[in-house]
Amino acid sequence: MAKYTQQDFKSSSEVKWCPGCGDYAILAAVQRVLPEVAEQLNYDKERFTFVSGIGCSSRFPYYMNTFGFHGIHGRAAAIATGAKVANPKLSIWQISGDGDALAIGGNHFIHAIRRNIDINIVLFDNQIYGLTKGQYSPTSRLGIITKTSPFGTVEHPFTPGELVLGARGTFFARSLDAEMKLTAECLVESAKHDGAAVTVILQNCVIFNDGTHSEYADKDVRADRTIILRHGEPMIYGKNREKGLVLDIEHMCLKSVTIGEDGITEDDILVHNAQNPDPGIHMMLINMKSPEMPVALGVIRAVKDLTYDDNVRDQVLEVQKGRMICCVDELLNSGSTWTVE
Amino acid sequence: MSKHKCVEIEDVVIRFSGDSGDGMQLTGTLFADTASLVGNGVSTFPDYPAEIRAPQGTVAGVSGFQLHFGSGEVKTPGDYCDMLIAMNPAALKANAKWVKPVATIIIDSDTFDEKGIQRAGFKTPDPIKELGLETRNILLSPITTLTKESLKDSGLDAKSIVRSKNMFALGMCYYIFNQPLNFTEEYFEKKFKKKPEFIDTNKKVLIDGYNYASNIHAVSNIYKVVPSEQKEKGTYRTISGNQATAWGLIAAAEKANLPLFCGSYPITPATAILEELAARKDLGVKTLQAEDEIAGICTAIGASFAGNFAVTTTSGPGLSLKSEAIGLATMTELPLVIVDVQRGGPSTGLPTKTEQADLNQALYGRNGEAPVIIIAASTPSNCFHYAFWAGKLTLEHMTPVILLTDGFTANGSQPWRIPSMKDYPEIKAPIVPEGTIGYQPYERDEVRLARRWAIPGTKGLEHRIGGLEKDFITGGASTDPENHQRMVDIRAAKVAKVKDFISEQEVIGDQYGGDLLVVGWGGTYGHLVSAVNKVRAEGKSVSLAHFNFISPLPKNTEEILRKYKKVVVCELNMGQFAGYLKTKFDNLHLLQYNKVQGLPFTVTELVDNFNQILEGK
Repeated sequence: MAKYTQQDFKSSSEVKWCPGCGDYAILAAVQRVLPEVAEQLNYDKERFTFVSGIGCSSRFPYYMNTFGFHGIHGRAAAIATGAKVANPKLSIWQISGDGDALAIGGNHFIHAIRRNIDINIVLFDNQIYGLTKGQYSPTSRLGIITKTSPFGTVEHPFTPGELVLGARGTFFARSLDAEMKLTAECLVESAKHDGAAVTVILQNCVIFNDGTHSEYADKDVRADRTIILRHGEPMIYGKNREKGLVLDIEHMCLKSVTIGEDGITEDDILVHNAQNPDPGIHMMLINMKSPEMPVALGVIRAVKDLTYDDNVRDQVLEVQKGRMICCVDELLNSGSTWTVE
Repeated sequence: MSKHKCVEIEDVVIRFSGDSGDGMQLTGTLFADTASLVGNGVSTFPDYPAEIRAPQGTVAGVSGFQLHFGSGEVKTPGDYCDMLIAMNPAALKANAKWVKPVATIIIDSDTFDEKGIQRAGFKTPDPIKELGLETRNILLSPITTLTKESLKDSGLDAKSIVRSKNMFALGMCYYIFNQPLNFTEEYFEKKFKKKPEFIDTNKKVLIDGYNYASNIHAVSNIYKVVPSEQKEKGTYRTISGNQATAWGLIAAAEKANLPLFCGSYPITPATAILEELAARKDLGVKTLQAEDEIAGICTAIGASFAGNFAVTTTSGPGLSLKSEAIGLATMTELPLVIVDVQRGGPSTGLPTKTEQADLNQALYGRNGEAPVIIIAASTPSNCFHYAFWAGKLTLEHMTPVILLTDGFTANGSQPWRIPSMKDYPEIKAPIVPEGTIGYQPYERDEVRLARRWAIPGTKGLEHRIGGLEKDFITGGASTDPENHQRMVDIRAAKVAKVKDFISEQEVIGDQYGGDLLVVGWGGTYGHLVSAVNKVRAEGKSVSLAHFNFISPLPKNTEEILRKYKKVVVCELNMGQFAGYLKTKFDNLHLLQYNKVQGLPFTVTELVDNFNQILEGK
């Protein structure tokens, strides 16, 4: 029997998201998965610490019966970084949205990833500003009409995964708010990963951007327009698992094919290697766009590398091995001094 | 041995100046170190441009280092110099106004060719005449040529040889002021351990400079400052303000028995604090060079939440960027020290020059009602003491502290009698022990009004805090109108309570009132106390109240301010402390003496001002 249950992670605060918000499903998935994380990694509950910035998603820590810090807009990654370096035994979960992490907090986001600090970044991507009531975000589609773009936006969006790889990320996963099991699966892998782990959850804002992910996330099309990737498994998808991905050598890109057509067999389908340090294929998977290609879900990249917090700790230990100065009195008396008798 | 007559003097001011690549900062520092090590009182003032290598030979690129040493305690780097070393015409031009009427000027005559004189912007071919320096004792020495000659068989490349000319000049100064060479030689041995060829070459140039000065007739006398015997017993060292700040923070962490975390972004003139802390891994200090100023403070806030003694270091522009996060630390009532090494502003301003114009920003620069504790160090060495106090107050009162220093104090250095940590008080942060039942994040103790600190990772203490207004007890988010009022009141009361835990304001001079009270704060102490003592020596009633605790002010502040016939507030801004005092106490009549030129006060101008006030002008 597991040490903790979902109930242990529910706080007494009333959840105040809009009815029908995708965040409810994510909250439930997280509360459900933490007992499993605690079990697998042998964590006590008090190690879980949730840090957020500002936005709808950033209310998340209030709903978790863990240590929590609701920061200021965009700065969650910096706050989380400091907390992890200061107290490395904590299992830190940074909850952010597309505005918080990628607009006002873009700098901290890329640098947390570059440093490979061992935190779990969960990015709720609804492609809109919700809490400020409906302005476009850095992931909003080109041309989208919002309150601050009444004639449509004239700027291109980020693909968050592309940014993660550009910042030399070691872990990237993607899920849908409605896919609670897949979300849980990604979060367990994120927790197990040593280093900055980014999980983007494509989330629906029912009020200001309803249906932004419908084209691939709606139940009736989801199987054909998304592909769930798992390390070591062939990249097969489709309602009847008849489609797959191959590498189109001629155009140096991924191509969707149908098994059984044009002589394609299952053996021709690419096998997912999340652990490949070369980000080439991972980048192609992240950038697959519906409807021509399926949207990639699951753990796309999980590569081992040194982490910032481990390096900080190791450096301190290394320096302390041969240290000449062990306390402040010794520090003050180090170097050139003279005595007045 | 020496054919020159040795004259004993009380104190001397020397100013080294040259191109920013000429190594004047090092030269000055080495002289200051030697003077300290033989037991003199020393005060230094590095004065350098913002550019690392501004166009060679131009006035904009002149880097200067002034040092004042004397037999007793020396409180300022001196207004005007007894000796100027000018390594090129631009240096002479930039510093001519700082030369005393009776002074010696050593000039590297090799650089005073037509080209050099033109680059410095002289209108005539005779810079000395043009600057009106003819009456000074001018020592025209071909320093570059002599350095080349000295090292011609050294095997060094031409560039390295010319670069050694500052050591030739230093050798000359050592002769003229009767200083030993051994401390500088030891420095070479340490510094060039891995490049031993530079040890002997530097030593040779230094000695050749020394011997050259002893051989020329242009030097009329040599001088000796005999260290006073009346110094307090103990072990001494030289320390700069930034180094002292870093060490004071480490000392506070040790006394609090907490790890020290510093999240910072490099910024002039504060960077040396981060560098000093980064070097102290032996003492377990964790430093994070953040991606920007905001990340600097936010990593520190995260570290504080997670249970470390957290600090962030910056200068004025960085303090602006940190404003919102200081509000967050105020709201979450977490310990945090923000060090602001002030520089000339606004905006990028004068990055390498000193000013005290961030006081209003420290006091008021946040959204909402967000009071913090503010402390200001007033000498390079007492940066240690006040950094320690910043740590003690933030950790025990659970609210952020801004520690103000300035470019002058931070870069200046002085001899310091090394304290013993056993003489420093304990620091007891209100950390909640494991096993505490019913922890409420915003319950507070009645004495300090500080909430208790529950460290993540401690069983049973799970709680959530953040930037939203807090419920008075639980710390849960609350928009209740009365609760907000109550919380605003208690955060202010908490800062005000600090006055019960700090020392009362002292007055130097007449304790029971008098004709004039001089009020200052922060890095102007040395100049103010020197000026006040000078005027007092003339038998006049002038006293000094120099503040280190700014917010809250010491309990007896008002009483002091009302005791004197006249009060003048002197500060390197346009009157920010004076304005602050007026908001605190009704009907205060305050005179002001203000200066914003990127430079410290001169004792001379202060003395003149005090005399004018006393004479009722």
